[in-house]
Amino acid sequence: MSDTIKNVKLADMPAYELVKAGTGGCAGCPSPMGLRIVGKALGPNSIMVMTPSCAVASIGVMPKSCYDVPVLNVCFASAGASAAGISMSLDAQLKNGALSGEKPTVFTWVGDGGTYDIGFQGISAAAERNDDFIHFCYNNEAYSNTGVQRSGATPKYAVTTTTPAGKESQKKNVPLLMLEQRIAYVATASLAYPLDFYRKVQKAKSIQGFKYIELHAPCGPGWKFASSDTVELARLAVKSGAWLLWEGEHGKLTLNAPTKQLAEGKMPCAELEEYLKLQGRFAHIMKSTEKAAAIEAMKSEIRREMDFMLGREKL
Amino acid sequence: MSKRMDTGNSACALAVKAAKVDFIAAYPITPQTSISEKLADYAAAGELSGVYLPVESEHSVMSAVAAASAAGSRTFTATSSQGLLYMHEILHYASGGRLPIVMANVNRAVCAPWCLYADHQDSVSQRDTGWLQFHCASHQEIYDTIFLAYKVAEKVKIPAMINYDGFLLSHSMLSFETLEQDLVDQFLTPYRPDWKLHPQWGGTFGNVAAAAEYSAYRNTLAEDTLKAAAVIEEEARNYQKLTGRWHGGMIDVQGPEDADVFLMSMGSMAAEMELAAEALQAMGIKADNLKVRVYRPFPAEALRQALPAHAKLLVFDRNLAYGHEGGALLMEARSALYNRDETVKIAGISLGIGGIDLPASLLTEKALALLEGLK
Repeated sequence: MSDTIKNVKLADMPAYELVKAGTGGCAGCPSPMGLRIVGKALGPNSIMVMTPSCAVASIGVMPKSCYDVPVLNVCFASAGASAAGISMSLDAQLKNGALSGEKPTVFTWVGDGGTYDIGFQGISAAAERNDDFIHFCYNNEAYSNTGVQRSGATPKYAVTTTTPAGKESQKKNVPLLMLEQRIAYVATASLAYPLDFYRKVQKAKSIQGFKYIELHAPCGPGWKFASSDTVELARLAVKSGAWLLWEGEHGKLTLNAPTKQLAEGKMPCAELEEYLKLQGRFAHIMKSTEKAAAIEAMKSEIRREMDFMLGREKL
Repeated sequence: MSKRMDTGNSACALAVKAAKVDFIAAYPITPQTSISEKLADYAAAGELSGVYLPVESEHSVMSAVAAASAAGSRTFTATSSQGLLYMHEILHYASGGRLPIVMANVNRAVCAPWCLYADHQDSVSQRDTGWLQFHCASHQEIYDTIFLAYKVAEKVKIPAMINYDGFLLSHSMLSFETLEQDLVDQFLTPYRPDWKLHPQWGGTFGNVAAAAEYSAYRNTLAEDTLKAAAVIEEEARNYQKLTGRWHGGMIDVQGPEDADVFLMSMGSMAAEMELAAEALQAMGIKADNLKVRVYRPFPAEALRQALPAHAKLLVFDRNLAYGHEGGALLMEARSALYNRDETVKIAGISLGIGGIDLPASLLTEKALALLEGLK
């Protein structure tokens, strides 16, 4: 992929803070961590759309808000259509003179519930229409806001309050669905790789049309790990291959480091067990007599996914 | 001003174009579809001042127009029946957000079983979503009410639904007169809200509110909805001064001065009711047609003023209020007149459900039966 935006250093990031002091998020919450980087890449001339999620529950009570940009807190299935509505309204007003200046960047900040499940129709339709905004899915792999119920992004075996014996089915892969919709830009990202995430947000901002970025967002209360370990969990997910870093433009896929090196066998994957054993949601597996078989099955799924993506990259 | 013979949906689309709407989102549903198609044609021909977004569901339609309205655009959409029901969640969001969206709802029965024809179950079941609700009895009234609805909605910051009967008005060909653009522009200036969802204004929209702030917002909406009645009366008069056209304020009563029997209905039935009133007059009954033009806010005060002592009010509903003997209008009329004057007698009937034809002869017959029951 030819990158006009690359080799970003931490020192290059602007001082601008989208998330003000006083967010109501849990200690170690990945949402404000991710939004801080988004804010630095997009700047203050932005409009954010949110649907019910932890990021809304932690915004503060009216008239206060912990976010520096204007926010539309809309209904659960509305993100795709509402962001499209704002973006087109801005276009029309800039054309008829009701507004002047540079068009603000319209972006959504929506969880995996609002993306994978209840909001999927609207997101997929906005992608198909090529509406001009960035959809961010911060994927904490469950409905954390309502007390950790399963979502379409919950991985197999994970315990949630609605899968008390562990989830039986595999998760969906919405970023891949977006790639196959041939959208202008799609990327996955990780909190443990902030420069990669920052670069991807900047790239999305530079492209007209529909862009999709999914941030892997380990959730301490949901996955049951120490609040100090959010970034470490994000790192282990990438290094074990449980979360893959890649980006795509109009259906052309590029695997990013270190996923590319891991998939090609140029670098060994971290032991999956190191990632799993930090999470209470997999404790029943770790204590079980089926532990070895379950871990083997998960590794096999990771290998299958990596092989698929290597093959997909050649298309 | 030019006279034309066309459908009710064409009258609607022509008025939306003349109202210089900035943003339209649409999703097809019978019998509304031809409005969305005509607006798409206008957009493709470059005749619309605004933009047109063809979305994938009615839930997304209302999500898009609500967001575009918050961003500062004059917005429009149209729907019917199941589409209106599918929007329900966002109807509450739009009124709570004080977004002056205007929407045409081409009334159609709701399923199950499936039925494509006119009744008011779709809009009546959205009664408590906080929207203004107009009903039209003719193509001319559809055309003129679009401008009135924008004027009022933007003044009181409450969204407005314009209802008219599927097929009976949406697809029938009737003559109506359009308006010169400069007259439309005199009545309806461009939408320039005092706040927009935009970094230049700042702030958030639809944030989490504590109980005290939440109830203050919602109580204010309830009070402002009641106050909208006076604004509707005033703007209907202003429109009359400018154009000479009059379809009533909150209600329309035009019959004999000494009338003591009032036939109350809304939608296309109210046009047919004119003939029923004449038939009753020919029998020596001092009957008057009482057309409900605005269902939300309910025209309680207008009704109290229109009815003399000892009046007999016959209420004809094209909807069913399940668990109640009649329909929504009957229930509301009784509520509005309770304790006002116990000499006023009220009776009612629900009919025309699923688009069953309501000729004047049938309405006359039903009116006589209701009068008999009041004896």
